[in-house]
Amino acid sequence: MSDTGIGASVKRVEDLRFLTGNGNYTDDINRPGQSHAWLLRSPHAHAKINAIDTSKAEAAEGVLAVLTGADMAADGVGGLPCGWQIHSKDGEPMAEPAHPPLAVDKVRHVGDQVAIVIAETRDAARDAAELIEVDYTVLDAVTDMDTALAGKTLVHDDVPNNRCFDWEIGDKDAVDEAFAKADKVVSIDLSNNRLIPNAMEPRAAISDFDRTTGRYTLYTTTQNPHVIRLLMGAFVLQIPEHKLRVVAPDVGGGFGSKIFHYAEEAILTWAAAKVNRPIKWTAERTESFMTDAHGRDHETHAELALDGDGKFLGLRVATKANLGAYLSTFGSSVPTYLYATLLAGVYTTPAIYAEVQTVFTNTVPVDAYRGAGRPECTYLLERLVTKAARETGLDPAEIRKRNMIQPDQYPYQTPVALQYDCGDVPASFESALKAADYDGFEKRRADAEKNGKLRGIGISTYVEACGIAPSAVAGALGARAGLYESAQVRVHPTGSVTVYTGTHSHGQGHETTFAQLVSESFGIPADQVEVSHGDTDQVQFGMGTYGSRSLAVGGPAILKACNKVIDKAKKIAAHIMEADVSDIEFADGKFTVAGTDKEMAFGEVSLAAYVPHNYPIEEIEPGLDENAFYDPLNFSFPGGAHICEVEVDPDTGDVEVVNFTAVDDVGRVVNPMIVEGQVHGGLAQGVGQAVLEGCVYDDDGQLLTGSYMDYTMPRADDLPSFSVATQSVMGASNPLEVKGVGEVGAIGSPPAVINAILDALAPLGVEDISMPATSHKVWQAIQASSVRQAAE
Amino acid sequence: MPTVSMTVNGKTVSADVEPRTLLVQYLREHLGLTGTHVGCDTSQCGACVVHMNGESLKSCTILAAQAEGADVTTIEGLANGDELHPMQEAFRENHGLQCGFCTPGMVMSALDLVQKNPDPSEREVREWLEGNLCRCTGYHNIVKSILAGAEALRG
Ligand code: FES
Ligand code: FES
Repeated sequence: MSDTGIGASVKRVEDLRFLTGNGNYTDDINRPGQSHAWLLRSPHAHAKINAIDTSKAEAAEGVLAVLTGADMAADGVGGLPCGWQIHSKDGEPMAEPAHPPLAVDKVRHVGDQVAIVIAETRDAARDAAELIEVDYTVLDAVTDMDTALAGKTLVHDDVPNNRCFDWEIGDKDAVDEAFAKADKVVSIDLSNNRLIPNAMEPRAAISDFDRTTGRYTLYTTTQNPHVIRLLMGAFVLQIPEHKLRVVAPDVGGGFGSKIFHYAEEAILTWAAAKVNRPIKWTAERTESFMTDAHGRDHETHAELALDGDGKFLGLRVATKANLGAYLSTFGSSVPTYLYATLLAGVYTTPAIYAEVQTVFTNTVPVDAYRGAGRPECTYLLERLVTKAARETGLDPAEIRKRNMIQPDQYPYQTPVALQYDCGDVPASFESALKAADYDGFEKRRADAEKNGKLRGIGISTYVEACGIAPSAVAGALGARAGLYESAQVRVHPTGSVTVYTGTHSHGQGHETTFAQLVSESFGIPADQVEVSHGDTDQVQFGMGTYGSRSLAVGGPAILKACNKVIDKAKKIAAHIMEADVSDIEFADGKFTVAGTDKEMAFGEVSLAAYVPHNYPIEEIEPGLDENAFYDPLNFSFPGGAHICEVEVDPDTGDVEVVNFTAVDDVGRVVNPMIVEGQVHGGLAQGVGQAVLEGCVYDDDGQLLTGSYMDYTMPRADDLPSFSVATQSVMGASNPLEVKGVGEVGAIGSPPAVINAILDALAPLGVEDISMPATSHKVWQAIQASSVRQAAE
Repeated sequence: MPTVSMTVNGKTVSADVEPRTLLVQYLREHLGLTGTHVGCDTSQCGACVVHMNGESLKSCTILAAQAEGADVTTIEGLANGDELHPMQEAFRENHGLQCGFCTPGMVMSALDLVQKNPDPSEREVREWLEGNLCRCTGYHNIVKSILAGAEALRG
C-alpha cells in the first residue's frame, strides 16, 4: 500500500495556495471588459411596488443599464424553482408561489431584490442605485408563525393562511395506543433558533456572454455547480446545458448556504447578454445577512410516553417550521424528510407520529444549514429525553442506555421510514462517558461550587442520515432530481492521474482526500493524483456537496471508475505479458502474472494504453480514462455521543463551556486529520447555536441582527479546545464503508450544551432555557427561578 | 484621482485611486494582491489583516490614502520563494485552515501576536484572535497552529 492511502493524515494539497494568498475565490477573478453590479434591495419587509423610476440612475455617469423585474418578465424569465415537492396530509401538493428573481408586484422581505444597476465600477453602480425611485405602499409584515397562520396578512396572495403544507409521518393510531397505556408522559415545548450561516466568504458571481457562440459562463460561489446549471438553465433562463458553463472556483465555506440557486445568479447571467459585458457582483456582509438562506427556525411541541421502567413507548411531535418569504431550493425537504424521519434517534421507541406545518413569513427564506433538519430533530429528542430522566428520577445516562438500539438489532427499521444499516451507539456512548469522566463529575461540580460557580454536565446522542441519497427513494419522497454522483478517472500516459468529481470542496479538503482514494486504489503516491472539481465544462456531471455526501456518494463513484481502469489495465497487461487475464493480479501498483516473476508497473501499462504498439486492439480501445456514476443503496448513518460541561457564573449568567467531548461513528476514516477538523468546526457552530447565535426580526420585519455587531459569531475565546474521537462501525451501505462527517458536530452538540446549562441551574429550580442561552437570558432565568423566589 | 504610493511586500507601488478607496481595495483591485480578503463591512472579521509599518491592521478600516508612504506586508509577502514562513508552515502542519478564506488574516494577525508576545498561552492566543472570525475550524486547530508557529519562531 502507498503511505498516502486510506487512513493516512496526509497534509492538505489545498493549503499551499491558501496560505500564500494564491487562492482563487470568485471575487479574486476578473474578466476582460468586466462591469460591476449593485442590487437595489427592499428596505421594507412587505410592500406593494407601485412604480419604479430608473431614469435618473440610467443617466448617471458610468451606468450601463438599470433593469427591473418588469424587464425580466418581458423577456419571459421564469421563477426560481424548488427542488423538492411535499404533499400535505390530504394529498394536496404544497403551495408553490411564484419566486421572481427581481421582485415584480411586491417585495416580501427586507433585502428582496428590486433592481440591478450595472456600471463601469462598483461604486458607480452603488451610487446610481441611490437614484432609483421606488414607489412603495408599505403593507403589514408578518414574521412569527402563529400570526402568519392566522392568515390576516398574506405573504403571497394565493397562499391562504401562509401555509405551504401540512405534512405528517408515522402511525398516529399506534402512537395514541402507546400513550393510552403509558405510565408516564413527559412533554416539552421548544424552539429551534433561527441561524444565519455566515460562511466567511460572502456570495459573489461573475457572468459572461459570448455573442459569437451564444454561450454563457457563470462563476459563482456555489456548492453544486451542475445543480445551478440545471436549475437556472432549465427553469429560469431556458438556456440549454451546452450553452451554459457554471464554475465554482475556490469557495470560502458554505455550510449549506451556498447550495441554493440564488436570484443574483440568474439576474447576472441574464443581464450579461443585455449589456454584452461580463458583470461582477460581490455581496457585502450586510447583504449576506439579509439574503443568504437562513437555517432552523422551528417551534415544536412534543410528548414522550414511557412505561414504569423508563422505556419509551411512543413519541408525538407537532412542529411549525418557518420557510421565510419564498420556497428556497430545498426549503421544503429540510423540516420534513431530513427532520422527522430521524425522530427515532438512537432509541427503540416503537411508535412515532409527527406533523409538520410550514409557514411563509416576511423573512429571508430558510433552507439547509449545517445538519439541516437533523440538528432540529436531535435537539428536540435529547432535550425531551433529558427532561424524562429528571421527571422519572433516572440518571440521564441510564435512561438513554435503557432505550438504545443494540448492535445486534441492525439493520434497524424505525417507525419513521428509515432503516439504519449499522451502528453501535452503546459503544460510542460508553467511550464518551469514559472520555468525559462522567462518573467523576460530582467532584468537579463540588469544586466549582467552592469557586462560586454552578457546574453542569449535559449529554446528547444522535444518529443522522447522510450520503444523500438513493435516487429512487429520494424521488419517491418528492425530490425532483437524482442524487447519485459521478466521477471520471483519467490516467495519463505516464501514469499520473486526474480525477474529475461532481462534488465540490469549499473547505473539506477533497483535493487531498480523493487523491488518497486513488492512491490506495492504484498504489501510487497521492501527489501523482490531481483532483478537479467545480467546472461544468470539465466535470461530466455532479450533484455537488451537501448532506455529508461527498465521500459517501462521490467516493464510491471514484472507486468504481478506478476499478474500471484496473480491469482494462489488466487486459492490457495480460496481452503484453502473454498471460491469461484471469492470471493477472494487481497490488501495490504492479501487475503480475500469478505464479511467475513477470510484472509491469502501473505507469508501464498506462503508457501502453496510449502508445498501443503491442496492444489487444481488437478487444479494447486505446486510452485509460473511465467514467462512473454511483447511486447509493441507502443513506449512511453516522451517530455518536456528545458530552458538554459548563460553568455558569450565577451573578452574571455567563456560561463557559469548559469541556466538550465528542465520540462519533463516521465509518471508515480516510484522513483522520481532516475528519477531526470537520468535527471541530461543526461543534463550534453547535455551541454557537446553543449559547450565542440567534437571528432576530422586529414586528415590522426589520432584521435586527444584520451585522457582526448584532449577530454573535463564536469567537476563539468563546470556545474550549475540544476532545474529539471517532469510534467507528464500518459503513454498510457503500463500498468505501464511510458514513460522512461534515455535519455531526453541529447535530450532536446544541442539546449537550443546553442540557449542561440546565443541569447547572437545576439546584435553582430552573427547568427551561431557550437557545441561544446568552448570559442575559441565563441571568434572567436565575432571577426568576423558583428557589430564588422562595428565598426572597 | 490622487496618486497613492507605498511599499508593499518590499516593492514600491503607486496607483491613481478615487479618494474613497480603502487600503484593502487598493491591494486587491489595483495591485492584484487578492490574498487579502474582505469578509465583512463592519471591521469585525479580520479577513483583511495586513501589516502596516510592522503592526497588524484591518486593511478595510483605513483609506489607501492614509497608507501613503507606508510599509505594508500582505500574506503574499511572507513566504521566501517556495519556502513557507514558519507560521504558514505551522498552519499547514496542524490543519489550521479549511476553506482558507480567513487564513491570510489569521496568519498575519498571529505574526503580530508573536512579535509582541513570543510565548503566548492558549488563553492569550484565543483572546488575541477576538478580531478574527473563522467559521470552519472551530478555532481549535488555528490555536494549535499559532502555538506551534510561535514555538518554531522562538527556535
Ligand atoms: S473585511 Fe472584515 S474586518 Fe476587514
Ligand atoms: S478556514 Fe474557512 S473561515 Fe476559517
